[in-house]
Order: sequence, then C-alpha cells, then structure tokens
Amino acid sequence: MENTGLSLVTVVLFLPLVGFSILLFIPDAQSRNIKYTALGTSLVTFALSLVMWANFDAANPALQMVQRWEWLPQYGIGYYVGIDGLNMIMVVLTTFIMSIGILSSFNAHVIQERGREKLYYLFMLLLQWAMIGVFVVQDLIIFYIFWEVTLVPMYFLVGIWGGEKRVYAAVKFFLYTMAGSILMLLALLYVGTQAGTFAVPEIIAGIQAGTISFPLDGLFSTQSILFLGFFIAFAIKVPIWPLHSWLPDAHVQAPTAGSVILAGVLLKMGSYGMIRFLLPMFPEASVAWAPIIALLAVIGIIYGAWVSFAQTDMKKLVAYSSVSHMGFIVLGIFAMTSIGIQGSIIQMVNHGISTGGLFLIVGMLYERRHTKDLAAFGGIWKAMPLLGAISLVVVLSSMGMPGLNGFIGEFTILLGSMGSTVLGIGFTVVAALGIILAAIYMLNFFQRIFMGELDKEENKNLPKLEWNEIAVLVPIVVLAIWIGLQPAPFMNPSDATVESLVAQVVPDTTTVAQLPEAGQGE
Amino acid sequence: MAYYPQLVSLIILIPAIGAFINIFWGARLGEKWVGTVATVASALAFVIAVLLFVYLEGSGYEAVVINPPIFDGWIQIPAGEVVIPWQQRVDTLSSTMMLIITGIGTLIHVYSISYMHGDARFHRYFAYLNMFLAFMLVLVTANNFLMMFVGWEGVGLCSFLLIGFWFDKAHGVGWRNTMAANKAMLLNRIGDFGVVMSVLIMFWTFGTTDYFRPAEIVNVHLAEEAAHAAEAAHSEEGAVAAEGEAANKPGDVVLAQEGEGEGAAAEEAHGEEHSTPGVVYVNNDHIETDQLGVFGQAERFLDEGRVIDIGPVQLPFSTWLTIMTLFLVLGVTGKSAQIPLFTWLPDAMAGPTPASALIHAATMVTAGVYIMVRSNVLFYYAPVTSFVVAMIGALTALVAGFIAMGQWDIKRVLAYSTVSQLGFMVAAVGIGAYAAAIFHLVTHAFFKALLFLGSGSVIHAMEHGHHHAHSHGHGHDDEHHGDDHHDAHEEEFDPQDMRNMGGLRRKMPLTFITYLFGTLALAGIFPFAGFWSKDEILADSWVAGFDNNNLAGYIVFIILLMAAAFTAFYMWRQIVLVFFGKPRTEAAEHAPESSRLITIPLVILGFFSLGIGFMNTPSYVLGLDNIFGAHLFTDRLEYSVSKAHASEFNLLIALGATALAVAAMFLANNIYRRSAIIEARRDPLEMLPTTAPFWSLANARMYWDAFYSRVFARPFTRIAYFLSDVVDWRFLHDYFHDVVIWKGFNAAAQGLSKPVDLGVIDGAVNGVGRVFGWLSSQLRQIQTGYVRTYALSLLVGVVLVILVILLPLLQRG
Repeated sequence: MENTGLSLVTVVLFLPLVGFSILLFIPDAQSRNIKYTALGTSLVTFALSLVMWANFDAANPALQMVQRWEWLPQYGIGYYVGIDGLNMIMVVLTTFIMSIGILSSFNAHVIQERGREKLYYLFMLLLQWAMIGVFVVQDLIIFYIFWEVTLVPMYFLVGIWGGEKRVYAAVKFFLYTMAGSILMLLALLYVGTQAGTFAVPEIIAGIQAGTISFPLDGLFSTQSILFLGFFIAFAIKVPIWPLHSWLPDAHVQAPTAGSVILAGVLLKMGSYGMIRFLLPMFPEASVAWAPIIALLAVIGIIYGAWVSFAQTDMKKLVAYSSVSHMGFIVLGIFAMTSIGIQGSIIQMVNHGISTGGLFLIVGMLYERRHTKDLAAFGGIWKAMPLLGAISLVVVLSSMGMPGLNGFIGEFTILLGSMGSTVLGIGFTVVAALGIILAAIYMLNFFQRIFMGELDKEENKNLPKLEWNEIAVLVPIVVLAIWIGLQPAPFMNPSDATVESLVAQVVPDTTTVAQLPEAGQGE
Repeated sequence: MAYYPQLVSLIILIPAIGAFINIFWGARLGEKWVGTVATVASALAFVIAVLLFVYLEGSGYEAVVINPPIFDGWIQIPAGEVVIPWQQRVDTLSSTMMLIITGIGTLIHVYSISYMHGDARFHRYFAYLNMFLAFMLVLVTANNFLMMFVGWEGVGLCSFLLIGFWFDKAHGVGWRNTMAANKAMLLNRIGDFGVVMSVLIMFWTFGTTDYFRPAEIVNVHLAEEAAHAAEAAHSEEGAVAAEGEAANKPGDVVLAQEGEGEGAAAEEAHGEEHSTPGVVYVNNDHIETDQLGVFGQAERFLDEGRVIDIGPVQLPFSTWLTIMTLFLVLGVTGKSAQIPLFTWLPDAMAGPTPASALIHAATMVTAGVYIMVRSNVLFYYAPVTSFVVAMIGALTALVAGFIAMGQWDIKRVLAYSTVSQLGFMVAAVGIGAYAAAIFHLVTHAFFKALLFLGSGSVIHAMEHGHHHAHSHGHGHDDEHHGDDHHDAHEEEFDPQDMRNMGGLRRKMPLTFITYLFGTLALAGIFPFAGFWSKDEILADSWVAGFDNNNLAGYIVFIILLMAAAFTAFYMWRQIVLVFFGKPRTEAAEHAPESSRLITIPLVILGFFSLGIGFMNTPSYVLGLDNIFGAHLFTDRLEYSVSKAHASEFNLLIALGATALAVAAMFLANNIYRRSAIIEARRDPLEMLPTTAPFWSLANARMYWDAFYSRVFARPFTRIAYFLSDVVDWRFLHDYFHDVVIWKGFNAAAQGLSKPVDLGVIDGAVNGVGRVFGWLSSQLRQIQTGYVRTYALSLLVGVVLVILVILLPLLQRG
C-alpha cells in the first residue's frame, strides 16, 4: 500500500461518510432514493471489505494495509489504521450486519409512523462509520473518539424510533456506556502519556521490549488500575454480568435494525477491545484478573440463560440470551489460549449472525402483530412456514447445534478454556452447562411462537414475507450453515495474529506460578 | 477398485439431496413423487450400504477411512494444533449400522407412503425422514467423536421435528405433541452436555478425537493371527517374527513381503495410508503415540501409566479415562433413553408411528449403544464406568419392563419395551459383552421396528374402523384421514388404547401373524432372533459373574432374567388384548387389514425377526453352526471392535430363560383372557389386592415424570422467575441502576457543571459543533423537554470531561 495514497482500510472506513454526504443532499421526500443510497453505500462498503479480506495475508500476524497520518506528532497522536487477524473479520461483520440492518428497515412500520426517514439512514451510515473506525483504528485517542461517536447515532436511533420507553432506554444506554468510557479515557491518557505515544502497536512493542512498563505487584497496583479502567468500559459494552442491565432496555426499545446492530456489532466492540488492548497492553494484569473475569463470564452464561427463560417479551428473551452468549466470548478471551481466543473471535461473528437473525425474526413478527409478547403467538409455523423453517435454523444456530455456526464458536471456546493454564476445568464444566440452558430458553422461544395450535384469529392470516425480509434472512441462514460446516475460511485469518498475541501475553505455560514476580521489572 | 469405498460419502449425500428436494419442491411435487423421491433416496443408500458390505467381505474386513470430497477439513486451528476433520470410516461396525439404518429405513419409507397418505405436510414428513437417514449415517460413519456428535445432534433434531410433527392438532393435542418434542430435545441436551465434556477431555488427553488414524490396525490380535497364518503357509520364506511371542513385544514390527528395508519403512509410514507398498504391518508399534487415534493412544497411555495435565489439573490417565467415559455415559443415557434420562422416549410416541419405529425403536436410540461399543477400548479399561453402565442398563431394563406391564396405550407399551431392551444392550456393554450388545441391537432393530409398524397398522385400522362405524350416522367425509387422524374424536375415542381393541386376529391376519413373530422374537423364544441375542447377553453376564467373578455380572444376570420375564409377560398381555378375544368396540369390529404398502414391510421384517438370529449362532448348538456357521457376526465385528469376543453357549441358561419366558406368557394368557374385566376397562392385576399396588405403580410410570417435574422442572422455573423478576429486574435493573448509577452520575455531573456557568455550556455546544445542536433539535421536536435536558447535559458532560482532561495535557506537551 505504499504506492497508492489510500489504504483499502481507509477507503472502507470512509465510504459510509461518503454515502452520508450524498444522503444529506437528497430531499426528504424522495424516500426511494434515500433508502437505496443508504443500501448502496452499505453494500459497496461490504463488497470492498470483502476485497480487503481477499487481499489479506492470513500468514502475517502483523498489521496490514496500514495507513498513518500525523496529526499531533508532539503527543504521538495520529490517524493510524490497519487490519490484522483480530479486526479484519470484525470489519466484514460490521459491513455485513449494516447491509442487513439497512435492508431490513425498508418497510419498518415505525419509520413510516414517526417519519424522518432520511435522518434514520443518516444515523445508520454514521453508525457504520464509527463502528468500522473502532475496529480499524490503532491510535488510542482516535479509538476513543470513534468509541464515543458510536453512542450518538445509536442514542438517537433508540430515542427517536424506539418503543414506548425509548427515552429511558436511550439515556440509560448512554449513561452506562459513558460511565465506563470515562474510566477508559483516563486510563488511556495515562498510558499514552507514559508511553509517549498513543499508537497501540508501538505501545505494545514498548511493553514487549521492556521500555514501557506498568508495575503490577498486587491486584490494585498501577497496571491493575489501568487494566480495570479499560476493562470496565469494555465490560459494560459486552456486557458482562452484572453490568448488563442497560441491555434489555436498549434491545427492547430499539427499532429492529437497532437491535440487530446492537447485538451484531456494538457489543463486539467490548470483546474486541479486550483482545486488542487489554491482553497485549496489560498482560500480567490480564493473567491476574483472568479467573475473576472468567468467573463473571461463567455466571453471565448461566444467569443470562436462566433469566432468558423467564421472559415473556421476545426481545428481552433474546437480549438476555446475548448476555449468556457474550459470556462465552469473554470466557474464551480470558482463557488466554489461542484456541479460546480464536473461538471468541469466530463466536463474535456467529453471535452477530444468529442473534442478529433472531432480532430480525422478532422484528418481522412485531411488524405483523405489533406485540412482542410471546403469549400472542403460537402455531405461527403453520401460518408462515418459510419463516418457521428459517427461524428453526437460526434458533438451532443460537443453541449451538453442531453443523451450524454457533457450535463451532462454543465448542472452540470450551476447548480453549479447558486447556487454559490460567483457568481451571471447573469453568469449562459450568460454561458447558450453558448449552443445556440454551436449549431450554431457545426451545421455549421457538415452541411458544411457532409450535402448538394456530388458535388465535389474528395469527391466521399473517402476511407472507416481503422480498427484503427474505433477502436479509437468507444470507444469515446460508452463513450459519456455511460456517458450521466449513469454519476454516472464517477462522484462518485470525490464526497467525492470535498465535503471536498469545505468545506475548502468556509467554509460557507456567505463567500462573510466576505471577507475583511478573510485574517487578520496572 | 481403490475408490470403491468412497461411496460412503454418497450414502450421506443421497438422502440429504432427497430431503432437500422434498423440503423445497415437495409441496409442488405431490404425494406420489414425494414418496418416490424419498424412498428411492433411501433405497439407493441401502444399495450403497450393501456394496460397502460386499467390499468389506472382499477386502478381509479391513477398515477404510475416507476423506469426503469438498468437506475435507472441519475445525482447524493451526495455532492450537486442533485438527478435526470430516472423515468417514467404513468398517464392520459402521457397515452393520449402515445396513440396519438404510434397510429398515427403506421399508419404513415404503410403509409411510401409505400411512401418511393425505397428511397436509406429507412432503415435510418425508424430508425429515430423509434428513434423519443422512444424519444417522453421519453418526455411524464418522471417524471422530465430534463428527459423530454432528450426527448425534442431527438425529436428535429430526426426532424433535417428527415427535412434534403434529404440533398444530386441536384440543391441546398439538401442544402436548410440542411438549413431548421439547422434552425429548431437552433431556437429550442434558446428555449432550456429557458428550461435549467427554469430547473436550478427550481432546486434551489425546490431542485428537479421531477413533483411529487411517494407518492404524484396529485389532492387532487378529492382524497378528492372520500374519502368522500367512507365514505358516509360506513357511519357506520365514523372514521375520518368531511364532510364539508376537502378542505384545514392540520389537517385531514388520512382515516384509518384498524384503524392503524394514526400519526405514517403519519410520516413514506413520500417518501414511495403510497400504505402503510392499510392507504389511501386523501391529501399530511403528506409529508414534501422538499419531494414533484415541483408542490406540489410550492403550499406550495405560501401558506407560501416563499422567496428564488438563489446564492446572493433573491426574493419572486412568482417572481421566474414567471421567471422560462417565461423561459419555451421560450422553448415552440421553440418547438411548436410560435411567435417569429415559422419560422422553415414551412421550416421543406422539410422533407418526413409522417415525417412532425408525427413530425411537430401531436406529436413533441405539446410537448410545453404538458409541459405547465403538469406544469399547475406553470402556474396557474403565472398570468403574463399566460397572456404572452395567447397573444403569440392568436397572433400566427392569424398571421399563415393569412400567410396560401397566400401560394401556399400545405404543406406550412398545416404547417402554424399547427402553427396557436398550437397557439390555447397555448392560451388555457394561459387562464387556460388546458383540452381544451390537447383536441385540441388530435383532432388536428388526423385531421392534416390526412391532411398531404392526402397532401402526393396528392404529390405522382402528381409525378406519372408527370412521367406518361413524360415517353411517354422521355422513363423515371418508377422504378425511391421515393428517388429522383422530382430531375430531380425540375426546371420546383413543385408537391406541388396547382396551378398545380385541379380536383383531381375524380382522387383520397378516398384521397378527407378523406381530406374533415380533412378539416371540422380543420375548426370546427359540428360534426367533431375540432368543439368540438375548441369550448371548445372559450367557455373557453369567460368564462375567460366575466365571470371572465380576460383581456386575451377577447383578446383570439376575436382573436381566427378571426383565426378560417381564418382557414376555407384557408382550403376551398385548397380544391377548389386541388380537385375541372379541372386538370390544365398534372400531375394532370394523377394523380392516392394511394395504400392501404396509403389510409387505411387515412380512419382510417378520422374516428377519425369525431368521436374523442365525447370523450369530453360537458354536455347538444342535448342529446349527454347521449350517449357519458359528458366531459369524461376532467374528466379523471383531475387526472393528477389538475387545469383542464370542460368547459360549450355555444350554442351561438358554433353556432356563426360555422356560421363564414361556411361563410368563402363559401367566399373561391366563390373566388377560378374562375379558369381562377388560371390558370394564380395568386390568385384572388391578383387581387383585396383592398385585394392585404394583400395578398402580407401573400404571403411574413409577412417578418418574412427576418426580422430575417436582424436583427439577418446577424449581428451575421458579428460580428463573426469581432471578428474572427480583434479582435482575427489581434489584439490578431498577434499584442498582436508579440509586447507584443514575444518582451517582447526576451527582458527578452536578459537581462538574456547577463551576461552569450556562454561558460556557452554550458556548461549548456551539463550539464543538452544530451537529449536536442540530441533532438535539431533531429530538426536541418529538420529545419532551425532559429528554432534551438529559441528552444535552449528557453530551455536554462528555465534551466537558474530554476538554478538562485534554487541556492540561496539551499544555504540558
């Protein structure tokens, strides 16, 4: 990428802004143009992200397609983007989910009702820009800016086009994330000033070389505090139990596409941040805190699943299932094995696909019945056979049925967590119990909506799926099966990067024993 | 010729394609084509199974490992050294299973064409059936535990779909079916937890989940024997290996036929295809331990007494072995319906009867037995697990047999009978009688499929009879059957209740004769199939107990003997109630014999129920071994089940067990011929004060379901609601949020904003950009001022915080 001026990553990052600018000049009344401009932008971005994938060298663990522009060189702050095994697939996931989200909004009732269609799509593109930014940026300050910017469009998407308690949910969403972000901001400013640069790869290189070090001589020393500053921000985003209570509100109140994006991408910013920043920047603290965090993750797996079972609101049910699923992802990360982390990365994709799919399905049912109450349904399989069949695949994928994508992620995470030297086998056993609970709440979801007698008059003549509804569900089903049967193409890109990352964090398997001494070489 | 075994990929693909066609185009194809497509797909799979069988016969039973085209790799993580391939295995065990699955599967397809005629979802039924075949074949042909697990879950899914097939029936029946489907899925999921744990531990112990690597010899003993036989034949060449000491010495590696450099060949060969030119290995000593599959490594580890770390946990290998097999057993109790997870199977009868026959009697439920026999090496060396398995199996056989005696529903009796018979197989595995377990699996597949299909024929006839009886009075639409089978009359008439039957012997002679065959086979009456297989299990447990002094052997022998008596009793009770006496209802009076599509599969299965046992006649029985050969089946099986052994025939046990069965049948005959009591819809045993409490206990299914519902289901739900409402919502969501986060943030925001007057805030808003102002104006138009305040204060708060922190930083630099 030396000869050309622009890296493909930069192009992918700024395309949504280009679409955003075009959209600004389209008159509000031209609904069709607005929709297709937004969709076109997201599809082109998706296509280019695939080109990016095609040009990605999976064998190279380092950052690729790097682009750096200086901004405030005296502070070591600058535009610094690049992709490696950790974020490449996340960018593709983002562009994919955004295309799905935009397409699924085409006939959303709530947009027609509340109007401001253009604003809606403007926010969508802004959100896409910010989310890609979060994933590709390698500079702490710019990362933080993107991280905060994602809040704004999401805040308004929920606040304007959300459900009845949308304001409460939007503010709560904002508050929670803000609370965490401020801690992260403080931590990253400290890290940056100490290191003399905000460029993450350089900070990590410094830590590796020993030129930068944050002492760790107890659970609450400098490194631990910095670690926690980042961790709490990420933990709220993921969300890790018990910081999840914004999630059901946000999900229930958000419009369908908002939920899809929230579950599909926004939550992953937290888990991605853990892999990208926490592990390499604070390796000793990560190892020290791993059992505690893994414990929270495992509690989240069981708790989320159990609470999910008791829900009568479809969206809430799926929201709590997210808490459970994201627990798996966090467990995989803090297993600190390359198997676990790769499992987490693929599980982020899988969760995006299956939970995104679930929210789409719930949205489609909501569009038809204007209720999210499970009790309002029953026997829908007979009324809408295609939706029934697709939902079954998505539900099974979410349950972790082998042969579908969810299983690949969960199994790999369990495999990684069991072999972890920082965690014990007990974590794996309890987490694996989550697969039983997953079946309980997911089947409860499926059977109450789709099975049983089709006894309610209102449900007997539900309109068939629209073309755009089929168009968003089919790729989800195809990907669920594809990743389930052939996960290698989706997992290989992260292999080299994860391997080198783990080598940095856990140089050898006896780390646990050495922990107390680890931080003393200041 | 070399690619011949590659057909095993097609055996999965063809039913999968059949399912695909019927799912997508079935609705348009019409019943005739749907049935044809599905049946042809199944029949083709059967043809392939036969071809593979013939291939194995021709190749000296040597196992072949196939990498299917396209789907070669599966989960691969180079950094973590995880390689889990899609890989199939053709050997005598998988071949046996393939023949059973596709053979009985095809008959059931044919049968279903008639049975499901007129059903609104006819095409979907056949798609599920094809899909089931595909997954079941994945299960049995997989060469590693994880791929097996794909099939394992896949068949579970098909089972779920077929149990809940009539999910939309009226009067709450649909919901009952749905719940039955759910129950099956959930209890199986508990088992799956065990399988997953087992596979995880396996991976961290062996670094692989492959059964065997392609280069491995499964049964070293047989290979060495064969080599010695060959050597003896060409004794003039006499190149290698002294005769006597071949068994366990690592030195005598190779039989070099062409006089190649042995050492070099041994070095290069590991990981390679077995047929390295010119070199024939008689054991696996030339293969490095980590190049072996799970079972090969297990034996080495035991020899070495290895200690294995998984994460921070360090235990001797033998302990890990016990743990991993116990977890696997949990999976088995789910899939093969054993105590404690067996309660789903009787409910699973909500599905269409032919599906019950295929999935919940003949094939899927035996998957647990299959996987234990497949892992015979692991179980062989895990005595604790084996004991547990033996106890579970024996107890299940007894309990389910007992419950079956108190049921009125014709299918439910068969369901409990299936549970009981699976218990026989599991117990056989527990005492190390692996060949006997598979033998019983095979014979049971035939006669239990026969019985289920026979009961389907009866139920079908009862429905017809019922319609016939009522159509005169009500002018009932005679076309209306199949789909909504007993929708209309659910309340007043149950076509599966044996009290409504009686005298069908004369109405349905073919069904009766074949049903009788199935009954005699199940009861273990000479010379029917069940006699041979059940006797083998009993004889083996006798040997295990009384000759080898294995505690499990004694217990299993005694309990299974009792269970066998129960079996004979409840089956003859059924025969009497259904076929003998006089018709007790109009429906039974008008029950017609079923169509040919139904009776022909019955006849074929009846033939096998009579004859299939002879494939494994023990030696020295009435000279039968001269006709059929002695334990041919076991000999063949030994090539893939290395710990299998042929059992010795014990005339005393055979006579004793048969006598017991006959006595039980006589007893049942005497009791249930008293038709007056049955016409009063009571059971004679219910009337006798001595037997009444036992009968009620059996009739109430020993309160297993009630117990589970009280001890597990209800507390689970209650805790779920507690967590959801109290912990999550009232505490975390409301209290914690309102008091801690919300107020805390407000206080912080107040503290931050007080020093700065409003002018500055406004300035900041303008300064940072009109974007925020514009955005909030958008919001302002819709929302109340309340929101605006919060939104603004939040945004401004953010900006302020950033500025406050950044400014000194910038100045300092």
